[in-house]
Amino acid sequence: MMIDLPNTTTNKVAKKLISSRRTHGVVALSRVLTLVVITREGFAENAIEAANLASREHPCRIIVVVRGSEKGENRLDVQIRVGGDAGASEVIVMRTHGPNMAADEALISALLLPDAPIVAWWPHGVPADPYNTALGKLAHRRITDSNETSDPTEALFQRASTYRAGDTDLAWTRITLWRAQLASIIDLIGTEGLTGITVKGSENSPSTSLLAAWLTMCLEVPVTIAADKSTGGLSSVRLTREAGDVELSRPSGAVAHLYLPGTAPQRISLPRRSVAECLAEEMRRLDADDVFGEVITRGLALTNLRSIRSSDR
Amino acid sequence: MSNPLRDARDRRLNRIAGPGALVFFGITGDLARKKLMPAVYDLANRGLLPPNFAIVGFGRRDWTAEDFANQAREWILASARTPFNETVFDQLAAGMRFISGAFDDDNAYEKLAETLDELAESRSTGRNHAFYLSIPPSWFDVVCQKLSEHKLAKDENPGWERVVIEKPFGHDLQSARELNQIVESVFPADSVFRIDHYLGKETVQNLLALRFGNQMFEPLWNNKYVDHVQITMAEDIGIGGRASYYDGVGAARDVIQNHLLQLLALTAMEEPISFNADHLRSEKEKVLTAVQLPEDLGQASARGQYTSGWQGGEEVVGFLDEEGFNPLSKTETFAAVRLNINTRRWNGVPFYLRAGKRLGRRVTEIAVVFKRAPNLLFTDHADDEFGQNAFVIRVQPDEGATIRFSSKVPGTQMEIRDVTMDFGYGNAFTESSPEAYERLILDVLLGEPPLFPRHEEVEQSWRILDPFEEYWAAQPEQPDPYLPGSWGPASADELMAKDGRTWRRP
Repeated sequence: MMIDLPNTTTNKVAKKLISSRRTHGVVALSRVLTLVVITREGFAENAIEAANLASREHPCRIIVVVRGSEKGENRLDVQIRVGGDAGASEVIVMRTHGPNMAADEALISALLLPDAPIVAWWPHGVPADPYNTALGKLAHRRITDSNETSDPTEALFQRASTYRAGDTDLAWTRITLWRAQLASIIDLIGTEGLTGITVKGSENSPSTSLLAAWLTMCLEVPVTIAADKSTGGLSSVRLTREAGDVELSRPSGAVAHLYLPGTAPQRISLPRRSVAECLAEEMRRLDADDVFGEVITRGLALTNLRSIRSSDR
Repeated sequence: MSNPLRDARDRRLNRIAGPGALVFFGITGDLARKKLMPAVYDLANRGLLPPNFAIVGFGRRDWTAEDFANQAREWILASARTPFNETVFDQLAAGMRFISGAFDDDNAYEKLAETLDELAESRSTGRNHAFYLSIPPSWFDVVCQKLSEHKLAKDENPGWERVVIEKPFGHDLQSARELNQIVESVFPADSVFRIDHYLGKETVQNLLALRFGNQMFEPLWNNKYVDHVQITMAEDIGIGGRASYYDGVGAARDVIQNHLLQLLALTAMEEPISFNADHLRSEKEKVLTAVQLPEDLGQASARGQYTSGWQGGEEVVGFLDEEGFNPLSKTETFAAVRLNINTRRWNGVPFYLRAGKRLGRRVTEIAVVFKRAPNLLFTDHADDEFGQNAFVIRVQPDEGATIRFSSKVPGTQMEIRDVTMDFGYGNAFTESSPEAYERLILDVLLGEPPLFPRHEEVEQSWRILDPFEEYWAAQPEQPDPYLPGSWGPASADELMAKDGRTWRRP
C-alpha cells in the first residue's frame, strides 16, 4: 500500500504512520534499525528495492531522502509504503525541494525509531567526509559505495583519509566471499613457501585494491595487481608458492575455478553479490568493522596499487 | 597452524568446512531424503562447503553413483531451502558415490574403503571422514563393528574420523550405556556427535542469548520470582505409518527424554563461562544431575492415548485403532511429568514437561510463569488467572518470545487485563534462518561440539525418565484416552490442578 502526502511535514507523516497502523492493521514488528538512504532523483527506486530485500533479514524502517533541486520553492513531498510494497519494512520516501530543505537531523528526527540504531547509506556518490555530514554524525554505521562514483579509486582514497570507526564501503563487502575462500585455501595449504600474490582485476576497481591491500597487510608478501580489461571487477588471485602455485579464478559468471597443484580443478560457486546482499551483510553487525578500518588506513598505504598491464610484462 | 587471514575481529568471514567426505548410512531413509541431503546442498549453496567435498551414500538399493546423484537432485529440488543452482549441484554431484550393500556385508565395506581411498585422490578429502548413521539403533552395533574391522573408524592415516548418531540414544539407561559402549569402543568420545536437531534451532540458541546477553531476565530467573516452568512440545499429527516404530517407545522416550530435557537444561542451567563445548555441556550436566524425581511418581505424571474422532475438519484414526495395531498397547501418545531441580536457584519451582501427538496444534515452547504480584490495589482479580506474568520462548513454529503482563483497560474504572508484548523472528526472518541440520552438519565438519549432547547428559536424562517408565509399565491399565485436537487427557489437567496451577494454552 502506498500513501502519498504531497507538500507535507514530518509531523503529519508521523501521525499518518500511526493512524494507518490503526485503520489498516499494518503492524510494526520488531524493527531492529532505521536505515536512512541519502540519494538523488533517478537512483531512488533501485536503492529502495535493494533496501527492501535486505529488510527481509533485518526488519527496519527505511527513510529515503531524495534531494531535489535546491532552487525554487521549499517543499517536502512524502510517500509512505507499507505492506506488500515494502518487504518486511516500512518505507518513507521524502522528496525535498528548495534551499531550506536540507537532509539533516531536523528533517527526519521525528521519524527515527526510538532507541534503534541508525544506518546511513549513500547508494550513489560518496560525500567527501561521510561522518561530518548532517546525517552521518547521527548514524552508527555509514555505508558508502566507492564503486558507484565517477572515479572509484579516488573515492576509495578519499574514504581512507576520512575514515572513522563505523564507516564501511560496499567495495569491501563485495569481496567477502573471495576473502572467505582465500582464508579457507590458506587453512588448507598454509603460508609456508608463499613468495608472492597476483590479484587480477579491472583497473579502477576499489574491490581489487582492497583485496590486494588486505592480502599485503595480513600475509606480508609482495602483492601485484594485474589489469584485466575483460571484467568489471576481480577475476583471479594467484598464490605463488615454492610447492606449486594455487589459483582461484573467476573469469566470468558465478563459478570460480580453484587450481591446486596435483589435483583436478575444482568448481566453486562464487557469484557476484547484489547490492541487497551486501547491504544485508552490512546490517548484520552494527559495531565498527576494525579489519576494514585497518585495511583502508594501513593496508592501502603498504600496497603497490599500480596495475600492471599485459604490455608491461 | 595459525592462518594470518583469519582475524577474530573479522566476523564477516564464515568458517568454511575443510575438505572431507560425508558417508551416509541409510541414505534412502526419510530423514536423509527430506533433511540431510537438502541441508548439505544448502550448505554448499551458501559457500560453506569446500569445493572438493564428497558424499558417499550407503544403502541396500542397487544404485550407481549416477543414480544416486539423480535421486539426490530430486530430493534437493523438493526440500532444499535455497534456490537450485545447477553449478553448485554439479560440483557436489561430482563428489557423490554410492555403495550398494547391506549393513553387515563385508564386501560393501571393502568397496567403501576403496571409494574413500579413491576420493582422497580425486577429491583431496584429506582422509577426513564423517560417518552419519541415519539408521535404526539396532544396526549401530554392526556398522560400528564393520567400520572398525575394515580400519575405517580409526585409520593410521592423517585426517579425522567422526561419527554422527541420531536419537534415540537407547530406550533406557542400561541400553544407552550399551549403545554408547559400542560406539565409543570404536570412536573416541570426542568424535561422537549425537544429533538432537532441536539444539540446532535458532530459537534454542537464542535462549542463551536472551538469558545471558541481557540484564533484565537473569535477576528474575530463580525461585524468588518464578512460580513454575512449563515446557511443551505438541504435535497435531498422529502416529500414522510409524505405528510399528512407536509401539513400546511412546511420547516420553520419543520426546521428553531428549528434546524436552535438553530444553529444561538450557532454561535452568547456570551461566557457562564460555560457549566452549566443555563449559556449556558441564553446566547442562550439572543441572540435569540436580533434577529430583517426585516421591509419588503417579501423582506427578500423566499419560494418554488419543482416540478416534474429528480434528480440525478431518476424521482421524485413534492410536489403538490404527490398522494392524495392538489394541491393548500401553504405549502413551501423551506424557506429562513434574520435576524439581534441587539447586539454590530452583528449589521449590516445579518444571512441568508435556509432549503429545494429535494435540490442539503444533507448537514447542518454554513458558516461565512468574509468581503473582501481591495484589493490594487490584483485588478484584485476586482469584482468577490474571496477573501472572509469563515469559514464553516459542521454539517452533513462529519462533520468537512473548512477555505477558497486565495493563489498564481504557475507561474510568481501574480495570486491568493481561496483554502480551511480542518479539517474533517473524516471517521475514525465516527466509534467511538456516535449517537446524545445516548448522549441525557444518558443526560436525568443523569439529565444533557445543550443540551436541555428551553421553553423560544422555545418561542423566535416562536416569530421570526411567523411574517414570518403570512406574507406568507396572500399571495394569492403559493410558487415559483423550480426544484428538484437545490438550491431552483429564489426568494432565489434574496433575496441574493438584498444585493449584493450570496449563497454558500454547
